[in-house]
Amino acid sequence: MDLYQELILEHSKRPQHAGLREPFEAEVHHVNPTCGDEVTLRIHIEDTAEGPVVEDISYDALGCSISMASTSILAEESIGRPLSEVLTTFEAMKSMLTSKGEDPGDEEVIGDGVALAGVGKYPARVKCALLGWMAFTDALHQSGRETTLSQKQSEEGTS
Amino acid sequence: MTEPSSTPFTDEEVARIRADFPILTRTVRDGAPLVYLDSGATSHKPVQVLDAERNFYERLNSAPHRGAHALSEEATAAYEGARERIAGFIGAQAQDVVFTKNATEALNLVAYAFSNSPHPGIPGSERFALREGDEVLVTEMEHHANLVPWQELCRRTGATLRWIPVTDGGRLDLSTLDELLTESTKVVAVVHASNVLGTVNPLDEIVTRAHDVGALVVLDACQSVPHTAIDVAELGADFVAFSGHKMFGPSGIGVLWGRSELLEAMPPFLTGGSMIETVRMEGSTYAPPPQRFEAGVPMTAQAIGLAAAVDYIEELGIERIHAHELALVERLLAGLATRPWVTVVGPTDLESRGGTVAFVVDGVHAHDVGQILDNAGVAVRVGHHCAWPLHRRFKVAATTRASFAAYNTTAEVDALLEALDRVPQIFGVAS
Repeated sequence: MDLYQELILEHSKRPQHAGLREPFEAEVHHVNPTCGDEVTLRIHIEDTAEGPVVEDISYDALGCSISMASTSILAEESIGRPLSEVLTTFEAMKSMLTSKGEDPGDEEVIGDGVALAGVGKYPARVKCALLGWMAFTDALHQSGRETTLSQKQSEEGTS
Repeated sequence: MTEPSSTPFTDEEVARIRADFPILTRTVRDGAPLVYLDSGATSHKPVQVLDAERNFYERLNSAPHRGAHALSEEATAAYEGARERIAGFIGAQAQDVVFTKNATEALNLVAYAFSNSPHPGIPGSERFALREGDEVLVTEMEHHANLVPWQELCRRTGATLRWIPVTDGGRLDLSTLDELLTESTKVVAVVHASNVLGTVNPLDEIVTRAHDVGALVVLDACQSVPHTAIDVAELGADFVAFSGHKMFGPSGIGVLWGRSELLEAMPPFLTGGSMIETVRMEGSTYAPPPQRFEAGVPMTAQAIGLAAAVDYIEELGIERIHAHELALVERLLAGLATRPWVTVVGPTDLESRGGTVAFVVDGVHAHDVGQILDNAGVAVRVGHHCAWPLHRRFKVAATTRASFAAYNTTAEVDALLEALDRVPQIFGVAS
């Protein structure tokens, strides 16, 4: 079935950047109370002359293939990139996942995330796919970072 | 619930039963016929129940126990008639049957009747006062609805929550009772048939020993009343809670049965209109049971719908329903046993067993299993089924659960097994 793209199965079997690492500025624990999926996630952000950069996302996750793959994709697509770009990716992921299948996702913006496009058609699974991402934005919040793009960043990010 | 004294429905009989459930003819997910194996979550409703509700709204609609006009009188008679009908089904007196929103509310009604002091206006309510040093005993296999209200009660009163552990085989470890059930125990809250494992608990021993130490027994009978003959007098529990929507009845109605003398001594939970005797600005006195526990305009149409569901069950024969469901469980367990990549969580025999089967596919999360089944039109429950501690005890995040009703067929069990075989293929685990 179209939900289980090969890419999702690969990510869920071999989650990229898995494991909890140091250094980190914030650690959060998120659960999906309907199914008991859990993720512990740490972030390490460094401020550079060009703005904050996501140096590391490390995690320990237990869950279905969709939530495992999505968290793996989050790490793979985000590590080493400017935070503003990662937030643009997050917005695009969220938009795709909550579009009820209307938004197929832009590979230029969300990379491997497009493999999760099929999730949009299954509202019960959207939470699974967002679990790691929500943990990531919560960790940003807890470390005192902005979790939404300013208007300017948003325009730059999508241009 | 062990030895069905009757026979499963024949294919022709099941076909006739299915014709009463319009929803069973629909398709899901691009045209797959619906294979509904989630009646443990909620059952479907036969036209007889839908008609009864519709007839109420078309012919009798008004607020019972209020006003003296003709419609109100007829609605009151229909509502109280439903109470008698449902009471009769469980071997109870009508005045001992309280209507609630659902079983969760019924259990909360009992838990919130307890507090840290007796109610000054209700003689005998010392029985419902708990203090530090008192204990509430539950089990590790409780649904959250029969666990969290007791956790909250303990928090409010300073009482201590204890629990009976579950064995690897999915049974209560009653060898712990000597230690756990003592003079300090004031309440024993236990599930009759587990909504996950399917285990039917040995009530006789628990009830006897609880009563020996003076504890009250609160029974969650959500997964037993719809599937097996229940007589509250025989059960011996002090309170029995169940919901209507799992037994072909409407949503929005549940039942709490309680012993007359206990209901008499029990402080109210939800307060307001129609549960009072007199109201003054300084304070109020309360109506006798069951009205004391039914504040506000009640769910009249739903009570009438549930009475119609009881009629429907009795027409099919509860013994035959039980036999039918057990035959389906046996077929499913046998099918799962030939698939070494499946592990059943709960008893794998039919001894003291109800109509739910929970399992895990090794290496695949239950959500993913459910998705593959759903794609084939097979509706099962996935997750922790509101029994998270039980899942922790078995060290699984989630299970896949099939649960049965009278309208299910052997072909549907086979459809589940066939769809299940796609899981190891898709996820590349050993099969």
